[in-house]
Amino acid sequence: MVKSKISKGIKVIMPHVLIIFFGLIMLYPLLWMVSSSLKESTEIFNSDHFLPTKITFSNYIQGWKGMMGVPFAKFFGNSFIIVVFSILGNVCSALLTGYAFSKLQFKLKKFWYVIMLGTMMLPSHVKLIPTYVVFNKLGWINTFKPMIIPTFFATNGFFVFLMTQYMRGLPKEIGEAARCDGCGPFNIFLRIIVPLSVPVITTTSIFTFIWTWNDFFTQNIYLSKVPLYTVSIALRQFTDAMGHSSWGAMFAMSTLSLIPLLVMFIAFQKYLVEGITAGSIKG
Amino acid sequence: MKLNRQIKDNFAGYLFLLPWLIGLFCFTAFPMLASLLLSFTDYDMITTPKWTGLDNYISLFLDKRFYKSLGVTFRFVFISVPLQLAFALLVAVILKRNRRGTRIYRAIYYLPSLFGGSVAVAILWKQLFNKEGVLNQFLKLFHIEGKNWIAEPGSALNTLIVLAIWQFGSSMVIFLASLKQIPMDYYDAASIDGAGKAAQFFRITLPLLTPMVFFNIVMQFINSFQSFTSAYVVSGGSGGPLDSTLLYSLYLYITGFQQFDMGYASAMAWILLLIIGAVTGLLFLSAKKWVYYD
Repeated sequence: MVKSKISKGIKVIMPHVLIIFFGLIMLYPLLWMVSSSLKESTEIFNSDHFLPTKITFSNYIQGWKGMMGVPFAKFFGNSFIIVVFSILGNVCSALLTGYAFSKLQFKLKKFWYVIMLGTMMLPSHVKLIPTYVVFNKLGWINTFKPMIIPTFFATNGFFVFLMTQYMRGLPKEIGEAARCDGCGPFNIFLRIIVPLSVPVITTTSIFTFIWTWNDFFTQNIYLSKVPLYTVSIALRQFTDAMGHSSWGAMFAMSTLSLIPLLVMFIAFQKYLVEGITAGSIKG
Repeated sequence: MKLNRQIKDNFAGYLFLLPWLIGLFCFTAFPMLASLLLSFTDYDMITTPKWTGLDNYISLFLDKRFYKSLGVTFRFVFISVPLQLAFALLVAVILKRNRRGTRIYRAIYYLPSLFGGSVAVAILWKQLFNKEGVLNQFLKLFHIEGKNWIAEPGSALNTLIVLAIWQFGSSMVIFLASLKQIPMDYYDAASIDGAGKAAQFFRITLPLLTPMVFFNIVMQFINSFQSFTSAYVVSGGSGGPLDSTLLYSLYLYITGFQQFDMGYASAMAWILLLIIGAVTGLLFLSAKKWVYYD
């Protein structure tokens, strides 16, 4: 009797133990980085202790000074500027396009929609070089325009797809009732569709945030002046500019760079999950 | 009257579509066409492009580094994508049951996906597999002298593969959502018929999940072929040691933006498009054989 109770207890607890154990292995690299960022530089690679013997913030102070006279705060600021405008661009343009594809009737609609889906599968490399050449001619190198301007033209098909799927799910009657009251498509869009689309706007914003924040390829190609560096580029340049002794500062800034993502995740977990699954479940 | 309405509808539709249409032509169609044309030229960004016909493509077929980068990329893609999805599925099945703390568990296993694409994690990875890195510290406990995994041509790519697999979280989230859609009745009926857990997984869960698995494979393949950041940061932008981490995107970047051989890089981009198209096409053909639609 007692024995079976114990074995039952083990049966309940065992999965938890295993899940937590493997979860910790998964997270170990990240935890190690955070812990290292709080250690003295000499201790990072030489100690057998996981936790710092004495917590120090000197790495954070050193790293925050940035490089070539530009403080790290500036790099954060630059990343945030690009993120904010990209969110604005993606949300506005995807709302308009999604509305057209989901609620309006016009010629060749199916054709354009298939094209839109096709662009989602296109590797960005086939557009890369001419885009770079043109942006160069326009004098956009070393500005934030190459990252921001395209977002205002719904260049990311994923968000258009997301909006279209969502708006298709909105009840038809709402639009029709408004139409009878003499509302045109513009009024319906502004007064009814947009307010009802807050969840999908949130999802779009979060994904834009994460992808733009993590982006390295585009930013690295277009930004080469230190005061314009984003967090991604600055971190990458840190590895070159600093020697072995500065790993602490490096880990400190790396840790800081992940905090905005973590905050987004904790605050908007639900919308994030919705975005990840939207395409696969409903589509 | 009706015709009038139709014209109005079309006008409104295209007005809303306008930003996207402009984007399609300016930022997708035009650059695509231009890169196709550039791929037949010799262009260094300074002098005007010189038409060279098929020269770039011929050079590519003779370029040893091109084959090397193809090999590296194929190995990277074909090892990391299946393993990543296998882990995603396994963990999703384990975390499907609502236990206490399930939400936190799911969050823990998802986190690497959130951070994984960042430069910060790529830098961290470089340290984990260093001579004095975490892996070797761990091996030391068993008195094994570890090597510098990043600097050895035999193991450098594997560290990147591990990094890719580590990010199985977003596929896991998709699997979790689709697992929830499988009616419990199926499992109840199977239990009554005496089917064990394993049989239930292979006879019910897996077949019903194949459309999702297929979707994930396609998306992951497309993304994986374009991987760049981790290889760039871990190898210090070179794709070394001995080109062992020279992913296709990295080689394209080096050609275009370090050697300014824009024509050659454009040809590489089109070859990549063809490869991705071919692989995706094959996947869709194979789908008829193993994807289960009810």
